Amino acid sequence: MQSFVVNLLNGVSYGLLLFMLSAGLTLIFSMLGVLNFAHASFYMLGAYVGFSVAARAGFWSALVIAPLVVGLVGAALERWLLRRVRAHGHLAELLLTFGAAYLLGELVKLGWGLSPLSATVPAVLDGPLFTVYGAAFARYRAFMMVVSLAMLGALHAVLRVSKAGLIVRAALTHASAVEALGHNVPRVFTGVFAAGTALAALAGVIGAPLFVIEPGMAESLGSIVFVVVVIGGLGSLGGALAASLLVGCVQTLAVASNVSLGDVLSIFGTSLPAEWDALTLAQLAPLIPYLLLVAMLALRPRGLFGRRDEHA
Amino acid sequence: MREAPDSSALSATAPRALRRALAPWLALILFLGVPPFIWPQSWLLAYLAQTATMIVFALSYNLLLGETGLLSFGHAAYSGLGALVAAQLFNRVGVPLVLLPLVGGIGGALCGLLLGFISTRRAGTAFAMITLGLGELVAAAAWTLPDWFGGEAGVAIDRASGAQWAGWSFGPAREAYALIAVWCLLACAALFALSRTPFMRLANAVRDNPVRAAAIGCYPRRIRYGVVVLSAFFAGISGTLALINVELVSAESVGMMRSGAVLIATVIGGTAAFFGPVAGAVVLTFFSVVVASVTRAWLFYLGLFFIVVVVISPDGLAGFVQRHTARVAAYGWRRCRAAYLWGAAAALLWTAAVVLAVQWAYAAQFGADEGAALVGTGALMGMGASPLGLGTTVLLLAALGGLSAHYAIRAQAHLAAMRSSATHSAGDAR
Repeated sequence: MQSFVVNLLNGVSYGLLLFMLSAGLTLIFSMLGVLNFAHASFYMLGAYVGFSVAARAGFWSALVIAPLVVGLVGAALERWLLRRVRAHGHLAELLLTFGAAYLLGELVKLGWGLSPLSATVPAVLDGPLFTVYGAAFARYRAFMMVVSLAMLGALHAVLRVSKAGLIVRAALTHASAVEALGHNVPRVFTGVFAAGTALAALAGVIGAPLFVIEPGMAESLGSIVFVVVVIGGLGSLGGALAASLLVGCVQTLAVASNVSLGDVLSIFGTSLPAEWDALTLAQLAPLIPYLLLVAMLALRPRGLFGRRDEHA
Repeated sequence: MREAPDSSALSATAPRALRRALAPWLALILFLGVPPFIWPQSWLLAYLAQTATMIVFALSYNLLLGETGLLSFGHAAYSGLGALVAAQLFNRVGVPLVLLPLVGGIGGALCGLLLGFISTRRAGTAFAMITLGLGELVAAAAWTLPDWFGGEAGVAIDRASGAQWAGWSFGPAREAYALIAVWCLLACAALFALSRTPFMRLANAVRDNPVRAAAIGCYPRRIRYGVVVLSAFFAGISGTLALINVELVSAESVGMMRSGAVLIATVIGGTAAFFGPVAGAVVLTFFSVVVASVTRAWLFYLGLFFIVVVVISPDGLAGFVQRHTARVAAYGWRRCRAAYLWGAAAALLWTAAVVLAVQWAYAAQFGADEGAALVGTGALMGMGASPLGLGTTVLLLAALGGLSAHYAIRAQAHLAAMRSSATHSAGDAR
């Protein structure tokens, strides 16, 4: 029980990290109508760039520089490639980002090699923040939560209050009218794409000390982020937040638990062959997001807060 | 290919249309059948068997992507699970090897019945994401759950252990390859026949306008479900062909790499033509076998090639060839010559520049084993490994490529101007 509180907090911080990724994805999806398949690759690129910058100029400059660099890369991708295939429809755009994910993965291997790197936490953020019944909650995780929440608050404020946010929101629904008023809508698209990829990079810099920086990190997190977006409902920021927290908490609690599948099933009075009963929930944790996806689709195909599909 | 029946209806052009319709089949049979008799090395047989497997896989994928407009990121689940069912039945029940692909196909279709019910609850982008999730689920389950995939080792079969069939034990690679090639052709013929059925026409209608399709009384979700099951059937066949080839089904058979590979093959080949995915499968296995044996940068080249295809010709190689043969037929080779020669020169020069630069970078990062491949390509220039010389060469090649591209674009513009004036005069004449 005592570790439950800390595990829950860990789950929330992981969920908020997931939300930083899924927020960028949702932002790009609702603006451009394209699901950026390379989103997790930008997250990985952010982690690697952040690692290199942090090694030279320290963690705090990495926190600023890496998102800027990756945002520029994202803007270049949108400006020079994505815009060219837009005439051929969303499928071509999705395929392009799919190819870009392959290419980014290879470029990362080319630039930083295959061996895993481990990012260091700055001294201020090292160590436990507080302990609950003997279980410590890391200071870095608290920092992660603060940054995520601050970032999302800023994003929300920009979208809701500022003039730029007004233009973005108008371009979302009435692109031609906004264009007629003299705003450069394609440039707004580029800006949104850059902002989304920069968010992913920020998540990469922040998340790097918790995980290992390796060329496989995009795939391992990428599909979970897509699952989160579908569970929350495509294009819904609130849904993405709820689903991120749900997936983050459930997965973290499953990893930290030491219950086996047999124990869970014995509650329902059923049992499986011995090999299956011996599986622990921690071993099954990688499956949980996908099982949640299946359950969600069976109960509510449009996701938590998704709008009804036009041609379901 | 889609308009073949219409053009064959014109009686005057019927023999020619028939010949054109049969030409790809002949090419496929020659491609699969002739090389083993000329160079009977084992690596060639392995390569051709992989290609045949990928051809069936890509064609089954095109039922979803090309015919119904469903983008799937988890197609390997069906082929891998189908192969798994086939391997377990072969080991336990002793199904004859000749019929094993059919068993695998039925296993794949059963998985399609189950997973397709979940995934076809949505269409469009959501369908793509759900298949990604389901593919990851199957892949993760294959790693975690015991006695499904036999853990990390996978489930192995001994293809020679079954009953002999007409004196063939299928132990030697040649006999196994013959079986794979025959099944590949059978599956291609079945898929071609399927693509001509009214059901696939309904699938096309669902792809193009689901609302209208629903209005004429066909339930889009049910059609999509049917297509997913059919496609899973053929994916299961292809998975079993791979099983016969390598005698092993492992967690990699359901992995995301394989799902990505079939997507790349189908898109590179082109989804609008029946034989597009076949061409794409040949290209993909070329990359994953031939290029990969030379350099570890093959994934980079594949990704780059994929992006180039998506940007330049979203309808794939088949669409590219169709467009350009139509143009050459319209203007004659002599008028188009300049544009194509300059275009080819630009493509070659840029490829050389990219290959040199990439090999150089890989050699710098990964050391000597890549250096060998680099020397192979760089020796032509006599550059060795001097960075300055190499950099200059790359820049020079890129600049020359740019120059040729400039001339190619100019020739294209010339051609386009000619076309517009030609259509004007034709309009006047009418």
